[in-house]
Amino acid sequence: MIEPADILRRSRSRPGREVEVILCPDGPILLRGADTVRDEDGRTVPVERPVVAVCRCGKSSSRPWCDGTHKVLRRR
Amino acid sequence: MRLPDARGPIGAGLRGWLLGGAMPDPAALVAQVVDAGEVLFDDDLQLSLWTLYELHYTGFHDVDAAWEWRPETLAVRAALEVPLEAELRRRTRSAVTSVLDADGPLAERLFELTETYPGPSLARFMHREAERWQLQEFLVHASVYHLKEADPHTWAIPRITGRIKAALVEIQFDEYGAGRHDRLHADLYAQTMAACGLSGEVGGYLDRVPAVTLAHSNVMSLFGLHRRLRGAAVGHLGAFEATSSLPSRQVASGLRRLGFGEAAAHYFDEHVVADAVHEQLAIRAVCQALALSEPELEPDIVFGAVTCLLLDVLLAEQLLSAWQAGLSSLHGAPPGLQNLSA
Repeated sequence: MIEPADILRRSRSRPGREVEVILCPDGPILLRGADTVRDEDGRTVPVERPVVAVCRCGKSSSRPWCDGTHKVLRRR
Repeated sequence: MRLPDARGPIGAGLRGWLLGGAMPDPAALVAQVVDAGEVLFDDDLQLSLWTLYELHYTGFHDVDAAWEWRPETLAVRAALEVPLEAELRRRTRSAVTSVLDADGPLAERLFELTETYPGPSLARFMHREAERWQLQEFLVHASVYHLKEADPHTWAIPRITGRIKAALVEIQFDEYGAGRHDRLHADLYAQTMAACGLSGEVGGYLDRVPAVTLAHSNVMSLFGLHRRLRGAAVGHLGAFEATSSLPSRQVASGLRRLGFGEAAAHYFDEHVVADAVHEQLAIRAVCQALALSEPELEPDIVFGAVTCLLLDVLLAEQLLSAWQAGLSSLHGAPPGLQNLSA
């Protein structure tokens, strides 16, 4: 499980712009206003949409992004 | 796009009007609608309604744009919408009641609904079993909506306010490419069709798709074009987004399995990630937020969501049963479908 504080530490916005972090119950963390996210391997991944969903269950095949896999996990 | 061929008396009457030929009495056309029977599978009703709705989108190049707001066409449209809405309400009633009676926040009840609604999955079939021609047919059916992707839900924007409006706009902005015309989802879909040997022209296969495919698209226009049904419009969007990420991954995998290539899979790859964001925003920041601000809309939000799932299932059942019988799911095409390629 990835904690919100880790996400904030690993995401970066342009100076003067705040990153808004939204936790979805049993789901991903939404980031609004981030420019990059650093993934588990330390790679800097550019953010290419206004809001991104960061995987929190650790099982997405599109990490660092959510792909909805958490929904399959919770039905097991 | 040109006006499609008529499939019955209503469509024939509409063609007379829209192409400036015969002018049948509107009341006589409306009278044809009574007792339509299986509304969702009625070719004449669904194609006529689709045609009338299209006047509000990009229209037909052989039809005068003034027909969008002529009282005659609006009267026929209204007469077609009454049995459609009644049929949708009838078929969704028990599922809607279960969601309304369940405990917990609406967002969790809507996610639960989308994850447990019974029925076959076209995406799973594409992932594991489909042959090339079946995947091409699937893309043709889906193109009726995806070539104007996002447009029907955009009608809801001026009908809601404040933070709910901002959340819906944020989703739609992304659907329209977030300021990048080369990322417009509707255009990405056209590129996928081209990569699969199909025509990505809007309306290119309109004469080939059955009533249920048109109904799948019509319910979105019905909800979008009536402020009264704004709850259903956003509920439909919520269920649509919440049933997109994982299925998109399955379709992308099917396209690769069948050798259609990376360009074909790109649209679906994009939707795996985009809709994982959109489903959270649509269900929580739009549907749940609207229900909290206007509680009387909650039944229609759920009605819209169940309608989305119902039409997905009806479409899947019809396609899969045609294919299991070795038949094409499209009008006027033999199985094998070599003639589908552009």
